[in-house]
This record gives sequence, C-alpha cells and structure tokens, in this order.
Amino acid sequence: MAATAEEPNRRDFLVIAGSAFAAVGGAISLWPFIAQMNPDSSAQALASVELDLSPVKEGQAITAMWRGKPVFIRNRTKEEVAKAIADDGAALPDNSARNMALPESDPATDANRTKQGHENFLILIGICTHLGCIPKGQAIGDSKGEFGGWFCPCHGSHYDTAGRIRKGPAPRNLEVPPYAFIGDSKIKIG
Amino acid sequence: MSAHESNYEPTSRLGKWFDERLPVARLMHGQFVDFPTPRNLNYAWTFGGILTFCLALQIVSGIVLAMHYQPSAEGAFASVDHIRRDVNFGWLIQPMHAVGASMFFVAVYIHIFRGLYYGSYKAPREVLWILGVFILFAMMATAFMGYALPWGQMSFWGVTVITNLFSALDSIWAGLGTAITEWLWGGYAVTGVTLNRFFSLHYLLPFVIAGLVILHIWALHVAGQNNPTGLDIKSKSDSVPMYPYAVAKDAVGLFAFLIVFAWFVLIMPDYLGHADNFTPANPLVTPPHIVPEWYFLPFYAILRAIPSKLGGVIAMFASVLILLFVPWLDTSRVRSAKYRPYYKIAFWFFVFTCVALGWLGSKPAEQPYVFWAQFFTFAYFAFFLIALPVLGLIETPKQLPRSITESVLGKSGGGGAAVPAGAAAAPEKR
Repeated sequence: MAATAEEPNRRDFLVIAGSAFAAVGGAISLWPFIAQMNPDSSAQALASVELDLSPVKEGQAITAMWRGKPVFIRNRTKEEVAKAIADDGAALPDNSARNMALPESDPATDANRTKQGHENFLILIGICTHLGCIPKGQAIGDSKGEFGGWFCPCHGSHYDTAGRIRKGPAPRNLEVPPYAFIGDSKIKIG
Repeated sequence: MSAHESNYEPTSRLGKWFDERLPVARLMHGQFVDFPTPRNLNYAWTFGGILTFCLALQIVSGIVLAMHYQPSAEGAFASVDHIRRDVNFGWLIQPMHAVGASMFFVAVYIHIFRGLYYGSYKAPREVLWILGVFILFAMMATAFMGYALPWGQMSFWGVTVITNLFSALDSIWAGLGTAITEWLWGGYAVTGVTLNRFFSLHYLLPFVIAGLVILHIWALHVAGQNNPTGLDIKSKSDSVPMYPYAVAKDAVGLFAFLIVFAWFVLIMPDYLGHADNFTPANPLVTPPHIVPEWYFLPFYAILRAIPSKLGGVIAMFASVLILLFVPWLDTSRVRSAKYRPYYKIAFWFFVFTCVALGWLGSKPAEQPYVFWAQFFTFAYFAFFLIALPVLGLIETPKQLPRSITESVLGKSGGGGAAVPAGAAAAPEKR
C-alpha cells in the first residue's frame, strides 16, 4: 500500500461498500427460501365451511374441521349458559374475548363469545392454547374439567362453559373463529 | 491438526507417489494410529468411538429406509408397516434405526456425564465442549423430526406440542409466535405438508452432525484427550499410541454396547417406543397422555414444571443452552471429580436429578408429580448456577498425583523411572 494513503482511504471505502452490497444481496436472496415454508395458496384456499346445526340438540356437541383445525360446536344447556354468564365477573386469567370478529380489548363475557340470539351455541377452535392438544369434553363421558367446559389432558388446563381458561398452564381462552348464522340453523365459518 | 507429527512411512511406491500429492494417509496415521492417548483412560472414554459408530449406523440405515418410505400424510404410516413386513430385511433395518436413535442418546448422555465428571470442558477444551453441545442440539432436532415420520398418534401430537412451544412468543410480541408456528407447519395446523419438510430436514441434519463431529474431533486432537486424573500429558511415559491400545479398548466397549443394542433390536424392537404410535395420526383426537421419547423426558418435565407457558418454554430451552456456559460456570481449576470431594457429591446428585426428571416427565401433570418436577427443576439449575461456581471457591481439592504415570504406577514409577516388575507397562519402544 502506498505510504501516503490516509485511513480510511479510498480502498477501505470500496471494501466496506462492496461487502455491504454483498451482505444485503445475500440476505435478500435468502427470503424466497424462507418464505416458501409459509402456508401455500392451497392451504389458504380452504378458508370457509358451511354447517347445518339443526341436528345438534341441546346438550350435544359436534366437532367440525376448519383450516385443518377442529372446531367445537356445543349446543349448551340453559344451566351451562347461566353458569357462563354468572362467571363473567369471576377472576379470569385471560379477560379478552378472543373472538376473531371483535377487538382484542373486548372483555371475555359470555355475550362477547357467542352470537346474539344464538347464545346457546358456543363455537370455538378446539385447540388448547397451551401447546395445541385437543381438549376433552366433546364426547359423552369425556371429562369436562372442574368448570364443566373442556379439560385438556396433556398438561391439565380447565376451560369453563364459555371456553374460557380457568385453571392450568394455558395462557388464553379458546379462540372463537369468525362465523355467521346464515338462516336459522346454518352457519358459515371463516 | 495438532503439533503431533505423523511418523507415517509409505511402504509402496504407489503410497509414496500418493503421499506427495495428497497426504491423507499421513493425516489419518498421525491422528488415529500413533496419536498419543493418555495411558490411564477408562471405559468411559470408549463412548466417543461408540458415538461415531452410532452416527454412521443411523446414516446407513436411514438411507436404506428412505428408499422405501413415503413422506406423505396418506402413505407414511402404511409405508413404515410395509418396510417392517414386506421389504427384504426391513424387519431388521427399521428397528435398527429406531432403536439406534435411543442407543445414540444413551451413549451421548454417558459421554456428556463423563465430560462433566472429569472436567473435560475446562481450558483448553472449551471449544471442544461447545461443539459437543451443538452436536447435542442437532441430534435432538434430528431425533424429534425422525420420530414424526411414522405419522402415528404420538408422532403427530409430539410435533403439535413441540412446534406449539414457539407460540409462547405471542405473549412477548402479539402474532410473532403464531407466525412462526404457521411457518413451521406450512399451514394452520400440523399436516402432511409439515411431515414432508420434516423428512427433508431429517435427511439433511445428520450430515450437519457429521460435519460438527469432524470439527469436534479436530478440536479434541488439538488439545489432546482428557483422562481420569485430569492432568495433561507431560512426558512420553504418560501416553500410549492410539493404535493398538485405545483402539482395542474402544472395540471392547463397542462390542459390549452392541450386545445391548442387538438385544433391543432383535428381541424387543418396540420396547422403547410408545403403543399410541401404532395408531395412525388423527388430528381430531389427542391421546390422553402425550409423552416424548424417553431421551426427552427430563426436558419435558422441566417444561411442565413451570406453571406459565412462556416460563416453561424458556426453562426448557435454558436447560439445554446452559450446557454452553459450563466451562465458565465452573470456577475450580482442578479438572477431575476424583480429587474434588464436594463436587463429586454434587455430580452424583445431578445424575440422580436428571433420572428423577426423566421419570417425572413420563408421569401425568398431576400432584404430587408436579411438586417434585419443580423441586428437581430447581436442583437441575442449582447444579449449574450454584454448585459449579461456588464449590470451586470453597472446596479444598485432594492431593493430585504429579503425573499420569505416577497415578498408574505409584510414586516409584513417576518421572520416567525404571518400570517396576509386573506393572502394566507398554512393551513397545518409546
């Protein structure tokens, strides 16, 4: 190197600029290889399902599939609804409605987790918010946990009759998917 | 590699010709034939060789299985059955691979405990130790993805539970955890898409492990092996050439290991698995009691011991990552637990802690198991964060022998004195 060169000289500048160019280019060209792992168009396309709820009598429950996830649909008894409403004021570990159709700041009242006029129907994504197991409580004879809703056997989370987490390691209430009643007993999820 | 010079002498003209162009035989001779190994290595030191064997066996049997396996949600379960029932020697090769994973972990855990007992992580072997921890990480990822491939109920729900660990990040930054899990799954739940990518990565990672193993052995041959005294090799009489001494001992250890291995493969190939994994994956039904393979149970117990989701996930990852810091957590300058009376007690209590956590991890998340899981989770971290730093400061180590030779032959044999009659002296010229 020439003795007269001062630091930083022209060559230092070129090396830094060149390396930065290569680093940014390298990082950008990584993106397609990372993004390819995201849900593809065919997975995104399975976005909505329609269901007829008329065969689900009071006290019964069915499980549907939406976006590859189980959806719990329970036609709650009057006592279950009353119990859920009575617990609106209880100390809830997660006081957010967790209803995809409502803002997150809405409180976790039973009314915010059901549709007006169809309060007996509780529709939830049946995936424990802890580590993704399917809670028990849909089938006859299943343990419904200490609060009469659902019980996740994997790590012991108890949900109440509004699908709210009451006890155990799960951090959030069971999610309410976006759905709408189309007609008296038909719903469209998604 | 190390300062040790290879005394390789090509015997044939072809050997000489080749040696001048690519001295690979010279390198292998120097590193694996006349490499100086401490003369006092015990059988705990045979597990490095055993692990190399395990990796090679997993790669060979895995390549064979991949020739017959179908990585799709529809075909995976049936294709594993097909391998076991129809493929020629599939009844042998499939259990060899599945049991091989367990045996790999048996060997690696003994290898790690060996390192902890004899202080093999202390200067100048820190990088060697850290590379080993990286190998452990890669092994865990590989084993986890491999367990997904038969696509039984435990495969499916194991993947669901473990990938959902990342959703704990939602409580730090809303949406981040969900975005990561959906990226891992390639959908909104675990599906055949997930299985497919796991198969691809399960095939890739063993070669990453092989690369790390080469670096691990390189670092080992720069520092030289540790030994039961923890002393460095100081004179020629402290060491013996790797071949035939260490190689023969490794072979004895390997054959003993293979007897146990073969017993599982041939007599009870499914003993280490779980009955639920003989039910095809069903995304609508969670088995009542999800457990990982036995080698993940201690970490699973730590995950469940913490009553908060994020806290449990952090504790579980921390329980593995903490191994990276062991060289700096231990303040004692004496390597071997043989000369550290308090550390020896702490070490064996730590071994007991790991076994207890493993047992607790297999139990349902109920009292009294939860309490004991919390107790032993505390004990697990206390070993690293309290015992390792504090014991080095308060403990008075026992008198160390002056050399490896002295520890073997007694005082008279030290310092290159005449070999006493009847001592296990090496007959070859030094």
